[in-house]
Amino acid sequence: MTETANSLVEIRNLTKGYTRGGQKVPVLDNITLNIARGDFIALMGPSGSGKSTLLNLIAGIDKPDSGVLKIDGEDITVLSEGQLADWRAANIGFIFQFYNLMPVLTAFENVELPLLLTNLSKSDRRGRVEMTLSLVGLSDRMEHYPNELSGGQQQRVAIARAIVTDPTILVCDEPTGDLDKQSASDVLTMLKQLNVEMGKTIIMVTHDAHAAEAAKHIVHLEKGELIDESLTT
Amino acid sequence: MFFFKLVFKNVFRAKLRSSLTIIGLIIAIVAFGLLQTVVDAWFAGSNAASASRLVTRNAISLVFPMPIYYRERMRAVSGVKSVTLLNWFGGIYKEPRNFFPQFAIDHENFFDLYPEFVIPPDQLIAFKRDRQGAAVGRKLANEFGWKIGDTIPIRGTIFSGTWTFTLRAIFDAKDDTTITRQMYFHWDYVNEWLKQKNPRRMEQIGTFVIEVDDPSRTADISKAIDAEFKNSLAETLTESEKSFQLGFISQMEQIILTIRIVSFVVIFIIMAVVANTMAMTARERLTEYATLKALGFGPGFVASLIFGEALMLSLIGGGLGILLTFPLAKGVGVIAAAVFAVFKVSQSTVLLQLACALVVGVTAAIVPGWRSARVKIVDGLRHVG
Amino acid sequence: MKVPFSYVFRNLWTRKLTTLLTAGGMALVAFVFAAVLMLDAGLNRTMVGTGSAENVIFIRKGAETEIQSGLTRDQAALVESQPQVARGTGGQPMVSKESLVLISLTKTGQDKGSNIVTRGVSPMGFALRPQVKIVEGRLFQPGTSEIVVGKSIHDEFDGVAIGQKLRFAQREWLVVGTFDAGKSAFDSEVWGDVEQLMQAFRRTNYSSIIVKMSNVDNFEALTKSVEDDIRIALEGKRERLFYEDQSRALSTFISFLGIFLSVIFSVGAMIGAAITMYSSVAMRTAEIGTLRALGFRQPSILAAFLTESLLLGLVGGLAGLACAAFLQSITISTMNFQSFSQLAFSFLLTFKIVVQTVIFSLLMGFVGGFLPAVKAARMKIVDSLRAA
Repeated sequence: MTETANSLVEIRNLTKGYTRGGQKVPVLDNITLNIARGDFIALMGPSGSGKSTLLNLIAGIDKPDSGVLKIDGEDITVLSEGQLADWRAANIGFIFQFYNLMPVLTAFENVELPLLLTNLSKSDRRGRVEMTLSLVGLSDRMEHYPNELSGGQQQRVAIARAIVTDPTILVCDEPTGDLDKQSASDVLTMLKQLNVEMGKTIIMVTHDAHAAEAAKHIVHLEKGELIDESLTT
Repeated sequence: MFFFKLVFKNVFRAKLRSSLTIIGLIIAIVAFGLLQTVVDAWFAGSNAASASRLVTRNAISLVFPMPIYYRERMRAVSGVKSVTLLNWFGGIYKEPRNFFPQFAIDHENFFDLYPEFVIPPDQLIAFKRDRQGAAVGRKLANEFGWKIGDTIPIRGTIFSGTWTFTLRAIFDAKDDTTITRQMYFHWDYVNEWLKQKNPRRMEQIGTFVIEVDDPSRTADISKAIDAEFKNSLAETLTESEKSFQLGFISQMEQIILTIRIVSFVVIFIIMAVVANTMAMTARERLTEYATLKALGFGPGFVASLIFGEALMLSLIGGGLGILLTFPLAKGVGVIAAAVFAVFKVSQSTVLLQLACALVVGVTAAIVPGWRSARVKIVDGLRHVG
Repeated sequence: MKVPFSYVFRNLWTRKLTTLLTAGGMALVAFVFAAVLMLDAGLNRTMVGTGSAENVIFIRKGAETEIQSGLTRDQAALVESQPQVARGTGGQPMVSKESLVLISLTKTGQDKGSNIVTRGVSPMGFALRPQVKIVEGRLFQPGTSEIVVGKSIHDEFDGVAIGQKLRFAQREWLVVGTFDAGKSAFDSEVWGDVEQLMQAFRRTNYSSIIVKMSNVDNFEALTKSVEDDIRIALEGKRERLFYEDQSRALSTFISFLGIFLSVIFSVGAMIGAAITMYSSVAMRTAEIGTLRALGFRQPSILAAFLTESLLLGLVGGLAGLACAAFLQSITISTMNFQSFSQLAFSFLLTFKIVVQTVIFSLLMGFVGGFLPAVKAARMKIVDSLRAA
């Protein structure tokens, strides 16, 4: 993850701050980082270290104050709100700590949701959704509503929703934060599989060292600065 | 399809709140419909007016009569086809709360000028033959359970004493706008009575009703008639029947205006209620909206979810309200029969109700829709419940 | 332990949009509620102020209004000669023989005429109604075609300014003055010399005779003695009651409309309040749990939420009342269906109405907030804490 040319995510001198009570609070300070295609990165650091902010910037749901942020060669900091939305739909898969499924939609419909932004026909969508749900092992839960599923199952539905559009990058914000040990380990195994077998680039924020071990690299942030990178295993 | 499903399911997520809002909407739309119908009911008389009839009255005001011999001079005015008599009687049937209008008329030709009253020929003949005969409308006959041959006592307030009439004819309405809650009897009979009791008031009539050949010439004919009696003891004022009826309404204009305003205040109140519901709904779903935006849905989609939900709420409430208006209006019509001869929900009232429901839905969604569409994804995701 | 009031207040303040909408809805309801009561109070003041406790009005038996009535000069003379009639300083009886006609005048801004009572009065007519005062111009000269107009007529109708002439009954009548009748029904009338009006309209009969009693207790004796005299065939009524009766239908109509509207509106407002309070409870589940865990008892929680809802109602009620107060400068002029003539009256805010409106608003808040408050109080501590 050193050569810029081979990088999927290219970050240079990225800075981001918030104004709170009239005072500017820096969150990310001059970050430079490259992430190679097919990598699995765990972003770690204490509360307020800026790891979630960095994740949000990469995912295109927040904008930096200054610096370069290129993904697959495209500078996403110059995109408009609307362009960013389209870009996210095509390139990013989201996995949240609290799953963020639509409670009024079934597992099937939740996974179908991002496909509605594509031009796929109804039958194509059905095929993709069924395949993806079977991939996460929930073929028999398609017509269930989120409140009829366990936390682990809900997170698997969320993973299916994240990968159904075949995005380049999976963005995970504390994906195991709300799960019991067994479910967490299932989810991590699944992410690993997605990384190894399907070549998905995964960026995961976590404060659980055990979870971070699933990743190939661990990036530590503290007070908005990158302090070190390390290789796992 | 998917969009509607999502909207539909969202509407019924907070069951209690949605039900309460819908109940509020139903009440508001019903109240609005009833108030509009009250306003319409004032105009029932003018809606029933015929374009080919004119009404002549004393120019000073309605309470002054005109000499009966004017009739011959009116007939001579070019364009006048026929002239009949109509005199307010102002009697009371048993009790003042049984109010209904009574008129003394020229029994010979009155019903010829009013083809909207459908009257069986044999009953008409019987009515014409009996000096004390009376003809009443179907609605009135039903209200008091009168049958042909019944004796009806009326206590006069203008023509004092108790009068007795025999019911000889019951007429029906030709269409919806026709009013059949009134009573007619012979002017000759009243005039005869005056001859004995108060000769100074005999041979006088409150209004003449004139039928014209050509409805497009009513303005000219009115002028010609009034010119005929200029500078006489009883100057006349002739106007179309509709204008004559509107004359009564314009005197109560402020009351009618008040009712109209109030009916829209109802809509404002429910607008506040629905807007409140939507504001709370949107606040609770902020995380969901942020998630949708993160997945790549645009702000327009989020806004249309809220608009769709508000519209669906207001249309459900509005629709049920419209359906409920009909039976309720019928009930009010029965209770208030003495005040409103016609109490019917008009098509324009229904359309207005529908329009109000739509406006309420759209307005209620503006602020929450705008807020949710603009919410920063990062803030929305951080927001819990 | 009581939950502090500032907590209740700040909760409303934090959610401004919702609070504003709910209180706004309640304000509208309170406004309409107060407005209708004020209208009825105004009408009542007008009609009560028209009659005097010392006066009796005689009209023909069976007639309900002065317009319908008629009495001969002989009948009037007999009434005049009754011993219960008060006498003026010169010993003359204090009676006014009056003749009423309706004329048609055009309201400013309208094209159709409205019926206006034109009252011919005897010279004593003004003495019997001390509330009637000339405020502009002068009184009509008896024996001439001069007239004076009431304040509402002057304000709302065309062609009645001093110096202008009205044309009816083949004569021109010169307006020489405007009178203020203290917001009574006379403000909606035109007054002239009774003999002149009767001549012009070729009438021989008066419409009514108004009598001042030498003593208010003489009413029964006076009416009995008149009604017993078969030559008279008149009916006497206390003037105050007579005028109240004249507007009974209008008053009933206003009250009926008011009740109908208040019921419907308040249901709407209570629903609004309930929605707001339910959501307030739902959003603060964790807070409620915390308060309970800290040792606040169920009744305190109930009281806190009820207070919040009552406060909503109070704010709405006061705002509505404040708006309604502005209505007092508006005068409504409409046809009284009983007398078939125009009657002007205005909104009147009384202390009683203020109290009624405030109680009504608090009631709306209470009913709307009761169930949600009960729900809040009955939450299990553990469950509500978990919701955080």
